[in-house]
Amino acid sequence: MKKIRVVHYVNQFYGQIGGEDKADIAPILKEGFVGPGMQINNLLKDRGEVVATVICGDNYFNENVEEATNTVLEMIGQHKPDILVAGPAFNAGRYGMACGAVCKAVEEEFGIPTLTGMYIESPGVDSYRKYTYVVETANSAVGMRKALPAMVDLLIKLVDGVELGTPEEEGYIARGVRRNYFHSERGAKRAVDMLIKKINDQPFVTEYPMPTFDRVAPEAPILDMTKATVALVTSGGIVPKGNPDHIESSSATKYGRYDLEGVEDLTEATYETAHGGYDPVYANLDSDRVLPVDVLRDLEKEGKIGKLYRYFYSTVGNGTSVANSVKFAEAIGKELVENGVDAVILTST
Amino acid sequence: MRLELGYIHIKDVQFGEATKLDNGTLFVNKAEMIEALGKDERIASIDIEIVHPGDSVRIIPVKDVIEPRVKVAGPGNVFPGMLGKVDMVGEGRTHVLQGMAVVTTGKIVGFQEGIIDMSGPGAEYTPFSSLHNVVVIVEPKDGVLQHDHEAAVRIIGFKAAAYLAEAGRDAKVDEEKVYEHLPIHKSAEKYADLPKVVYVYMLQTQGLLHDTYVYGVDAKQILPTLISPTEVFDGAIVSGNCVSACDKNPTLVHCNSPVITELLERHGVDYNFIGVVITNENVTLIDKERSSNYVAKLVEMLGADAIIVSEEGFGNPDADLMMNCIKNEKKGVKTVLLTDEYAGRDGGSQSLADANPLADAVITNGNANEVIVLPPMDKVIGHPEVANVIAGAWFGSLREDGSIETEIQAITGATNELGYHKLTAKEI
Repeated sequence: MKKIRVVHYVNQFYGQIGGEDKADIAPILKEGFVGPGMQINNLLKDRGEVVATVICGDNYFNENVEEATNTVLEMIGQHKPDILVAGPAFNAGRYGMACGAVCKAVEEEFGIPTLTGMYIESPGVDSYRKYTYVVETANSAVGMRKALPAMVDLLIKLVDGVELGTPEEEGYIARGVRRNYFHSERGAKRAVDMLIKKINDQPFVTEYPMPTFDRVAPEAPILDMTKATVALVTSGGIVPKGNPDHIESSSATKYGRYDLEGVEDLTEATYETAHGGYDPVYANLDSDRVLPVDVLRDLEKEGKIGKLYRYFYSTVGNGTSVANSVKFAEAIGKELVENGVDAVILTST
Repeated sequence: MRLELGYIHIKDVQFGEATKLDNGTLFVNKAEMIEALGKDERIASIDIEIVHPGDSVRIIPVKDVIEPRVKVAGPGNVFPGMLGKVDMVGEGRTHVLQGMAVVTTGKIVGFQEGIIDMSGPGAEYTPFSSLHNVVVIVEPKDGVLQHDHEAAVRIIGFKAAAYLAEAGRDAKVDEEKVYEHLPIHKSAEKYADLPKVVYVYMLQTQGLLHDTYVYGVDAKQILPTLISPTEVFDGAIVSGNCVSACDKNPTLVHCNSPVITELLERHGVDYNFIGVVITNENVTLIDKERSSNYVAKLVEMLGADAIIVSEEGFGNPDADLMMNCIKNEKKGVKTVLLTDEYAGRDGGSQSLADANPLADAVITNGNANEVIVLPPMDKVIGHPEVANVIAGAWFGSLREDGSIETEIQAITGATNELGYHKLTAKEI
């Protein structure tokens, strides 16, 4: 069996350079193991070895993320590892952030597995558990003796590509990531099996625990609409004819901002929907049905609203992940506020 | 209602001089079949190809997958209300050509149709790659409106399946199954000690390429109602529906309705499967409220102790799914749900557009957003360029070498929510 090549990332302290006073050192590459890498190397026995160690100061990394990441990647790449191990960082905030960032970057750049170790409350956990495996550790280095065997066990499984058990069984912090696999039984059979257990009050495990939704408290009402600037924002996919930004018909990764200067009415010749999740015929005939520009222009003329904001924003809600939706909403909301918009009409489909 | 199903195992399909079955091989007279599909004034051309499991072939855009079935005894015909008359089906005897299907393709109607790869990694995700497929390529005349285009192709698919099924009318069958669905009170008497189970069968009903038909009626316009499992096996429910093709039910899946089939397996042993309630997934809130209220009422009238609810589609119908769950659970009816997930390409987003703590027993059929690269195939039937616009793909999905990078959302049947297939998802 091929020996596993491990590259280890540590900070200035575990890299035996120095304490807080050395936290601003730039990345250094050393052959073989340093500090806790020795124990990793021992635990690997004949399965593999720590071929190199990259050491970087925590302040340096966090204050020069892009540059530090590039240098670290270049150093790690030289040693063609099968896996990268970072830390463990325990509850050290900046160290944890650096470990997480290095793991994420290595996985993206080289397509190899990565893992690290942190205390559950370390800020690096929330930021990076989605991108790497974070073995749960104690909150200080007293947990080193327990952390390293767990990390090495997982390391070997990741390199071997064996099907992992649950996060609890494997000792890592759940990544909050859904991953597909083929079951031995089809879904309909599993549903009937689950039903029988539920009927008989026997324990069963749901395959999708319900998420908790965040709720947005409504703003106070606008007292004088005759002075309000109103914007139109839609997830109904209305775009200028031809969909110039190629917004996807499902699972949108972007939104568009389009100028309404001089536009009184959306017509079949000028606008359409990019949305793949509803019958598009009626929206294509008259896009005002989804994005009511004509009515807003009437209200403008009648003096019932101050004015219609010059741009509208559009994306496709169909199959679009909540994470993307939140990202779009934050960006759109920021622009609207900066441009003095008082009210938004959100239309869906 | 008692239905005998006679399954004829199809081992090969080939073109031949006459359309007939010979020792497990179906021969198809191509010219005669095209003639039988009728002269629809909306259609410019029809062509037929045959593909087999393992072939280096991609079919895109796929509209429907239909299993040939023929009624050999008992009232009515398969696909009642779509073909022939509207006699009530589900009694007598029906022959099934199993191991093959009709697949319809041709110019894209919307953004919505799917992909079937007959080999390679994509083939694992579509259950229809394991079939001998008679691909019917239907091209509309210029200027035909989308609704008319969709309707024309849909009917031609049913006609194609009916035409081929005739070859099995007098054939010797390889396997027999008999299903009997008793009147509700008789069933309750017979299995007095068993808990009563109802299946709530949600049908996608949101307009063009999102519609399902029951005895020819657009299911948008129904109130939730009862149907016998045996009627479903005779094609009383058909698809007009392939938007985000991973989790839409082609007609073949309705005819082999997986939850009904699995519930029948343990009927009379672990529970009494007393009935099927079909309901719709309309787009307006008032329709959702009405239909889910009506479902909960029917479940109560049937005296059910437990139900399985299956969804078709995602996003908007997640609201229907939750309403059907909550309203029944609140009446003390133990509920299991079947859905799929849209957890984002990285799997890190929440999976459903609606959720409720009462939905504590959920079967997932996989994350439709997961990305796959479908390698180039030697042959593409249909229109490969639509890979840049169909739901689940994006501009640039179709690469120069003919490979396609897409979410599995675009693969027909990949995350089927009737639990037809084995894909699922877990948290890592």
